[in-house]
Amino acid sequence: MPLSEQRVTELNALCRTFRRSVIAQLHRIQTGHPGGSLSVCEILTVLYFEKARVDAGNPCDPLRDRIILSKGHAAPMLYRILAEKGFFPLDDLKQLRQFGCHLQGHPCTEGTPGVELPSGPLGIGLSAGLGKAIALRLDHNPARVYVVLGDGELNEGTIWEAAMSGAKFKLDHVTAIVDRNRVQLDGTSDEIMPLDDLAAKWTAFGWQVICCDGHDVRALDAAIDAAHAVRGRPAVILADTIKGKGVSFMEGKSLWHGNPISDSQYQTAMAELGGDDR
Amino acid sequence: MTPSIRDVYGASLVRYGLQDERVVVLDADVSASTRTGAFAQACPERFFNVGIAEANMAAMAAGLASEGKIPFVNTFAVFMATLGALSARTFAGYGRLNIKFMGAYGGVSDAYDGATHHSVEDLAIMRAIPGIQVLVASDAVLTDWLVRNAIAVNAPMYIRLSRDAMPPLYPEGENFILGQGKILRQGTDVSVMTCGILGSVALQAADIVAREGISVRVVDHFTVKPIDRDLINRCARETRAIVTAEEHSVVGGLGSAVADVLVRDGLRVPLEMAGIPDCYTQSGSYADLMAAYGLDAAALAVRLRSVLARA
Ligand SMILES: Cc1ncc(C[n+]2csc(CCOP(=O)(O)OP(=O)(O)O)c2C)c(N)n1
Ligand SMILES: [Mg+2]
Repeated sequence: MPLSEQRVTELNALCRTFRRSVIAQLHRIQTGHPGGSLSVCEILTVLYFEKARVDAGNPCDPLRDRIILSKGHAAPMLYRILAEKGFFPLDDLKQLRQFGCHLQGHPCTEGTPGVELPSGPLGIGLSAGLGKAIALRLDHNPARVYVVLGDGELNEGTIWEAAMSGAKFKLDHVTAIVDRNRVQLDGTSDEIMPLDDLAAKWTAFGWQVICCDGHDVRALDAAIDAAHAVRGRPAVILADTIKGKGVSFMEGKSLWHGNPISDSQYQTAMAELGGDDR
Repeated sequence: MTPSIRDVYGASLVRYGLQDERVVVLDADVSASTRTGAFAQACPERFFNVGIAEANMAAMAAGLASEGKIPFVNTFAVFMATLGALSARTFAGYGRLNIKFMGAYGGVSDAYDGATHHSVEDLAIMRAIPGIQVLVASDAVLTDWLVRNAIAVNAPMYIRLSRDAMPPLYPEGENFILGQGKILRQGTDVSVMTCGILGSVALQAADIVAREGISVRVVDHFTVKPIDRDLINRCARETRAIVTAEEHSVVGGLGSAVADVLVRDGLRVPLEMAGIPDCYTQSGSYADLMAAYGLDAAALAVRLRSVLARA
């Protein structure tokens, strides 16, 4: 069933709040990765608030769906969402990246509830997701595995090793979601390592490919439904996004992969973002 | 302001790399961070950004080296020593290929990014591979020399750099010899063997304990492999105790290398090793991290006093 008008409005409002909050945190601490946090906002919001079964009251529930943020540098967005879900107090975000705070620069399973696996080094999250999927199948556990990947991350050979393994072991309860913002650290994907034809690559590796607008919550919701319906092989959603989405001067610019936000840039960004301060 | 080690590296790579046609520079989508971007601009035809594909990059370097090129391979130290290790061992060590593995963001200098981006095992991993020289930048002058020397000497090397600035230790034009540590300050009671930024930290610690009448010899042991066995012997004979200090795990780094020499050569002298204890580090400011892991001047001063109490 497609999302209702009202639900779409609610999810979009959440996204506005999350973007605003992440920019405020990153401005305050003068470190961290804005571009890839903004581009992955709708993907993670739809997963955590609409599709995946996760319960902050029972973070180790064996039946929970497993969400792996393989592009771990988007931790600020993940943390904001986990806090909204109730995994830890919103107040913790004030200490993001500071010594002694559980909210590490990149996701860490020690101390941060809701984080399935450590991430930060790119290229290994999909393989780990496959391992989880095989274990779940051995245990007759119906939980699903979602792995969120960067498109630059797809440069890593291990991703394609995982692609072969996912098809070989017929892991149809795995959904990979690629944040296809066409920008990595040093430049655009076309400049640094061209990926096209990306859909054809995944198809050739035996995956069901679903393309959608990665900033359209209704389209993402439908894409995930379509992934769930696939039998006998895993599915990958190529979600077209914009790096730095929502802040005009960041959009599409590799500079904003990890640049500190100045006071005046912060003012401009907040004026553009809208949403509640929470 | 003292320039960061990465900026010095980027400029030196342009300075010396441009002159030598054999030099090729590879990076894995972090040239904005490692500062090889400067070389990319100056000499695009000899710069290759392979994307986020470190294992691929390290193995490509082997092919280049085997055809007479001098590849400088660049990524964060932690990824170099893990994803690059197979090619370092197979091609550079075993195959004796002239590859320069440049470890950007050594130690905890990429402070806020946290444990996944800190590199506190790289010296141990690279040291364990036969045939690879392991060198650590400790200031701008040495960094510049390390680049020049890497081009001049036909040998595989792992060179650890830093994201941050390091206070100057050497005058412009200082000469270095591979396999020989540098005495930064003479002293008679205790010797501190350092590498990287700990050289300047140790000088501060030496100042602190000098007020208590303790005379500290400070050594920059930038050549972790080959280790300067002679100098360690001299320090063990001429001072009463030894402290090692490094921005690295206490397992397998400079401290272990010095301990090896002391034990093998039968030198009975108290030893303390300052370094990251056998644990995962946290995110935080660089200064907070250095203090938390006992690598600031105050903590080092404590180690100097305590090792002498055992002497
Ligand atoms: C193995 C590894 N190599 C390099 C890096 C450094 N790094 C962090 S993010 C990044 C760029 C990521 O680009 P992409 O996957 O497209 O992410 P996004 O655009 O969504 O931020 C790089 C090179 C890393 N974290 N891990
Ligand atoms: Mg990208």
